[in-house]
Amino acid sequence: MANVWVIAEVKEGSLKKVTLEMLSKGQELASKAGGALEGVLLGSGVEALAAEMGKYGASKVYVADDAALADYNGEAYANVLAKIIGENKPGIVLLGASINGKDLAPRLSAKLGAGLASDVTELDVEDGKLAVTRPIFAGKAFSKIVFKSDIQIATVRPNSCPLAEAAGAGEVVKVAAEIGDVKAKVINKELTGAGKIELTEADIIVSGGRGMKGPENYKLIEDMAAVLGAAVGASRASVDAGWRPHADQVGQTGKTVSPTLYVAVGISGAIQHLAGMSSSKCIVAVNKDPEAPIFKVADYGMVGDLFSIVPIMTEELKKATA
Amino acid sequence: MNIIALVKQVPDTETRIKVQPGAKDIDREGVNFVLNPYDEFAVEESLKIKEAQGGNVVIMTMGAQQAEEAVRTALAMGADRAVRLDGDDFLNADNFATAKALVKAIQNEEYDLIFCGKQAVDDDGAQVGTLVAAMLDLPCVNQVVKLEVAGATLKATREIEGGSETIEVPTPCVITAHKGLNEPRYPSLPGIMKAKRKELKAVSSGDLGLSADEIGAAGSKTEVAGLSMPPERKAGQVFEGEPAEIVPKVVALLRDEAKVI
Repeated sequence: MANVWVIAEVKEGSLKKVTLEMLSKGQELASKAGGALEGVLLGSGVEALAAEMGKYGASKVYVADDAALADYNGEAYANVLAKIIGENKPGIVLLGASINGKDLAPRLSAKLGAGLASDVTELDVEDGKLAVTRPIFAGKAFSKIVFKSDIQIATVRPNSCPLAEAAGAGEVVKVAAEIGDVKAKVINKELTGAGKIELTEADIIVSGGRGMKGPENYKLIEDMAAVLGAAVGASRASVDAGWRPHADQVGQTGKTVSPTLYVAVGISGAIQHLAGMSSSKCIVAVNKDPEAPIFKVADYGMVGDLFSIVPIMTEELKKATA
Repeated sequence: MNIIALVKQVPDTETRIKVQPGAKDIDREGVNFVLNPYDEFAVEESLKIKEAQGGNVVIMTMGAQQAEEAVRTALAMGADRAVRLDGDDFLNADNFATAKALVKAIQNEEYDLIFCGKQAVDDDGAQVGTLVAAMLDLPCVNQVVKLEVAGATLKATREIEGGSETIEVPTPCVITAHKGLNEPRYPSLPGIMKAKRKELKAVSSGDLGLSADEIGAAGSKTEVAGLSMPPERKAGQVFEGEPAEIVPKVVALLRDEAKVI
């Protein structure tokens, strides 16, 4: 019997969507593995969120509530989690493939001697063991991974598993937060993009490339993104030119994304960019060069001057989504 | 400050990756291999600290002899010497077994700081730096975009969702480098000449006292069952003409055909 654990990620007092996605998938994995689906909540004043985890099938939610866990700290979170995982020995442990999830998971892997697969997009149970698929080379290929360890850890990429509610008791089990010795301490935090949609979690992304000609023209991209409720992305060329922050870069040395809709504006489609966005459900490309490689992956392409096309497109999208 | 920089040789990001169905590795023929781009940031930062504070920079890698090209690049940038974990018994190691072997080699060195790239752009694991830190019981700061050294303490700024945070961390520690940390230098011609004479030591599992079941596939906690290519995207519809005519068409298709808005 292998229980499936989903480690919740809390942002601004709410569960992140990837947590609910993992619970949704976890229902199926737990039933195939012949175990229970359970959740873990770490934070300060987070107990009330257990009920929401129950709505997505968690029968039990282990809650470590402590003021010292209010903000993410890799060492503190790993100490608390490794202890409760070690005591309860779930077979499968899932974390979101967020910046913090990917910081936390290898710490658990080392402490528990447990195998870890990063950034998985497909999960299944075969012969009682976890089997996952993950993109490698930023999506130029896929790798299927199986586990040899008893505890099997995966970080799951957002937008990989559809949401499915299921009645779970969401019974709260309070656990002690044994934080232990913490050497690395956060001394300052700067939130520049508060309220901004995270690129890797966005349903829609509008990206601008070298064709934007300068940072001042990204207003066009931002306006379209605002109409669509989209995140703003960028190509490596526009990041290297200093027009956009690196956090916005999509591609092999940036972020790999798989939104429902990806709009590429003035992006030619270098292979390292295509790797990072080719798994998008629908791709729209705007480029003046009809030979641009981006048109080979685009579902809908428009050849022409982006400075005339984009403002019209923003207006048309406004009407279409009104 | 004595620094170890962990590096890996990977296919160039411009490489078109090919995989035979069911294969466990990519087709390596014709692939151009380079020093992992994130490791370049790690090497550059190591050299900057060395230049400001003194000390040594040791490059460490696990890989076949071919990987020495990437190591020589790091030596040509200015690192002092290198250690390569050599032998077929290291093959097919997952991130866990890789970290375990590197840890053994690290323990033979004197160091204040360990750098590596935040991830290798081949398997995209993004685990080894953190695993090494946890196995050595050292603190670790990931995805660092800015670093200040103040005596034996570092102030490391890392990217987080919606912004950044600065973490104060004592040495020894592990720092994984992200794009933005610095602009890696190009090896100079004299640097390249000097690099040829720098020590590049190959060490075996036996030299490190690692047993067969701790390394390579046997020491791994995960296993690659097979690789595959992503599904090919079908060619779509491309429109040319007056924006006022083609844009409404595409927007209508997004709404009615693709149903994504």
